[in-house]
Parts: sequence; structure tokens; C-alpha cells
Amino acid sequence: MIESYFIHLLILIGIYLILAISLQVTVGFTGLFNLGHIAFFAIGAYIYALLALAGFPFWLCFLLAGIIAMLFGFLISIPTNKLKGDYLALATLAFSFVVYAITLNWMSLTRGPLGLSGIPKPVIFGISFSSNFSFMILTALITLASYYIIKKIVASPFGKALEATRDDELATRNLGKSTFKMKSFALAISAFFAGIAGSLYAPYITFIDPSSFTLMQLIPILCIVIIGGLASLKGTAIATVFLVLLPEPLRFIGFPSSVVGPARQILYALILLLILIYKPKGFYGKVELE
Amino acid sequence: MLQIKNLSKNFGGVKAVDNCSFEIKKGKITALIGPNGSGKTTIFNLVSGIMSSGSGRILFDGKDLTNKSPEDISNSGISRMFQQSRLFNNLTIRENLLLAIDNEDTKFWKNMLGKNKITKEKESQVKEMLKLVRMENFEHKTARNLSYGQKRLIELVRTILNPHTLLMLDEPVAGVTPTLRKEISQILLKLKKQGETILLIEHDMNFTLGIADEVIVMDEGKVMARGKPQEIKNNKKVLEAYLGE
Repeated sequence: MIESYFIHLLILIGIYLILAISLQVTVGFTGLFNLGHIAFFAIGAYIYALLALAGFPFWLCFLLAGIIAMLFGFLISIPTNKLKGDYLALATLAFSFVVYAITLNWMSLTRGPLGLSGIPKPVIFGISFSSNFSFMILTALITLASYYIIKKIVASPFGKALEATRDDELATRNLGKSTFKMKSFALAISAFFAGIAGSLYAPYITFIDPSSFTLMQLIPILCIVIIGGLASLKGTAIATVFLVLLPEPLRFIGFPSSVVGPARQILYALILLLILIYKPKGFYGKVELE
Repeated sequence: MLQIKNLSKNFGGVKAVDNCSFEIKKGKITALIGPNGSGKTTIFNLVSGIMSSGSGRILFDGKDLTNKSPEDISNSGISRMFQQSRLFNNLTIRENLLLAIDNEDTKFWKNMLGKNKITKEKESQVKEMLKLVRMENFEHKTARNLSYGQKRLIELVRTILNPHTLLMLDEPVAGVTPTLRKEISQILLKLKKQGETILLIEHDMNFTLGIADEVIVMDEGKVMARGKPQEIKNNKKVLEAYLGE
């Protein structure tokens, strides 16, 4: 019993870590205050669920979930390219509301508020990942691969150009670099990995509905990014473990579930507030946003 | 090399640049001087693509650069240094300088396919430039932690490293110590010897007249006078408008 509880937590840590490090690509490394991340997660989850329910193999569902989310990331980068700071945050937030409204109202495709249930567990080369333990192994492998790839991207000269765009967009353009391309790539990469996270979430929970992808679900991910520190992957990893585990004791105090949910949000808000006051760069952040 | 033809730019009712025309010759240092608000920085902003012009044309080596984007203009061979420090504050000096050398390194697919290698040649270019400004020990320091004068020097070498045929320097010695001013002036003279073409804005008359081959004086968005530094120094109209004498 306790073993399966820990396995559950490890799977959640994996999914949240992919979401948080991919959000770092836009928020931390490129300086794009992207609040549409949860929409890319939703797109990945729905694409995976729809394809898997239609009988397509895992790898196809998994890759298409990432690729289609990436295409949406690229598309959203076109109209929002000239927006900065709060304006970009509002535009990307609006995008997440649009995706939410579509998942809620396109009944024939998403079954609206009824959601999609019975999402099949992955089967790869005849090996079924239906047990939580095997799913944890799969999640761990995908999480490690995502971490490695994102680390490679941000450490490369391309990643340095993303950071240059964050620090001073005009100076970056003045050195002959197209920041339009930089920002589009950043949003597309970030959306790809959010889509990948969605394609792990859907078969793990086996049920998704629009309420799984609202602003409330984005808040913990944003907290992880800020607490871990902008542009720090190591900090993000530590903050993910910390923030996923932190509200768990609330379950054992014996509060009713109607209290546990809001208490979790209050706890996140409190920590975020304390961090912003006393450690504005987060625990491992190297970046001070201007 | 650079031709400005009937260039105009208005900000609301204010004519910042008013039907302005001049030409910059290859291999020379040309200084753009004039009182505050005379339109010097606006000209720089128009040439480097930061602002779009109301009318007129900007030709560079026969190519029309009017209203092109800053990246297109940079890739055409114009490298600009700003009046205020615009270093990438969270990156190291090495990273700041490597970003200037070319655009090949920063292409996404090259990086992903493992085809990107920072060549030894680029590393040595960075080291050479740091040696030029005697800041070899600052290579791995974060730009944020530099003093104002050090930032100006790094910004100058970053502008030099950006592939170019024309350097545009906006007040390179503003606010720096006399020693640093001398150092920057020596660097610019060295660049001139190497055949570089430089267009600079500077308020310090002694500095400007000491290094420039030609001076263009602007007032109220127009070219008021142009000539050799000595001629400008003795031009009554210039002295009245610029020095209030």
C-alpha cells in the first residue's frame, strides 16, 4: 500500500518535472512570461487519449502528442512575437482559456465535461506498462531523456542566444540574430515537452476532462520554476520534489478532501510570496529579470 | 560607403531629423556632433533599423537599407555600439563576445545535430580582444558584475567582433575616466590604421577632434556644417550653436 503511494508520488514528480523544465525554456531562459503552458499539456493529453482510444500504438500517440503541441507552440509564437511581460502573459493565458473552452465544448471529439475515460496504458514492443511500477520506470526514462535534451539545448550556443534574447532583445537583434526565430523555437520546444508530459499524464490517470487543465493546475508548475530559480534546471528538479511532496502531509492530518485542495493552493501561494520577498532569484536562480 | 539621402523623422510635431543628407567615406573616422536633441542618435537609430524613417533613403555599399530590420542591417555589415550599456547581464564576458562573432553557432539545428563546435579560432578571437582592452582575467565574469567603464570596453570589443564593414559608436567615452578615454581613443586609432570605417557620436570635443578625419555638425535635425576637425573648430556658426561662444 505504502509502496504504491510512493510510486504514485514518483510518477507525479516525473510529470511535473517535465512540465517545469519545459516551462523554464520559455520563462527562465528566454524571458517569455508564458501562461499558456497548461494548454500545451492539455493538447498533449487529449491528442494522446484520442489516438490511444482509437487504437494507435503508444509511440505514435506519444510523439504526435508532443509534435502537435509543438505546432501550437509555434503558431502561438507568431501573433505574440512582439508582446512582452504582462501582455505576453495575458495573451498566452487567453490561449489556455481558448483551449479549455474547446475541450469543454467540442462534445463530439472530447466529450466535453464528461471527459475521456478508459485511456489505455502504454504497450511498447509487446511489453505492457499497465502496472504502476512499470509506468514509473517509463516515466523516469522519459523524464531523464527530457532533462538531458533540455539541458543540452540551453547549454548550447543556441541556448545562450535564447538567454541573450531574455537579457536584451534589441542588442541580440543588433548582433544579427533573429529574435523572432529564437522566441518561436523556445515556445515550440517548451510546448513539445509539455505535450510529452500530457501524453504521460493521460494514460497514468486513464481519465482526462477539461478541469485537469485550468489555471489552478498551472500555479504549482509556475511556483516550481520561481522557487527553484529562473534558468536553473537543477533548482527546478529540487523544487519539483519539494513542492510535490510538501502538501502530502495534509492528507494524513485528516482534513476532508474539500479542505485539502484549497489548503494546497494556500500553501503554494504562501511559499511563493515568501520566496518573492526573501529570495527573489529563487534557490538556485542565476537570473535577475530587469 | 554610407549614404544618407533626404532622411526625415518626426516625433509627433517635433522634427528630430529634417531632410538630412550626408555621406561617410571608407577607411575614415567620421564624427557626428551637435547639441543635445540635434538628431544624432535618431540618425543612428534610423541607420541601425531601430526606428523606421518618415522619408528618405539609407544606402550602404549601394544596397538600400531603408527601414530594414536591425538583424538585416547588422548582417549587411553595420555594427553598432549603444549609448547605454546593452551587455547581456546574466551571461559571462566570454559568452557575450562569442555571441557577436557570427550567427552560425546559434542555429538550432546545428546545435541539435551536434554540428556546432566553437572553433579554437573563435576562442582566440575572444582572447585577443580581451587582451586589447587588458581584461583577460574577466573572461568568465558575469557582465552584471562589471563596472561602468569595464562595461563600455566590453561593449566596444563586442561591437568590433560583430562582423562588419562599418562601426557605429554612440558616445563610446561618455562617463568614463580620462585614462579610459585615452585608452579607447588609442583603440580607435589602431582600428583606423587597420582600415576600419568608423562613424561616431561624441560630445567630448577634444576627444572627437583628436581622432576624427571628418566632422559633421548637426543642429535641429539638419547638417549645419561639415569639414576637417580644424575647420570645424574655427567655424563661427558651430561655435555659436554648439559651444555657445
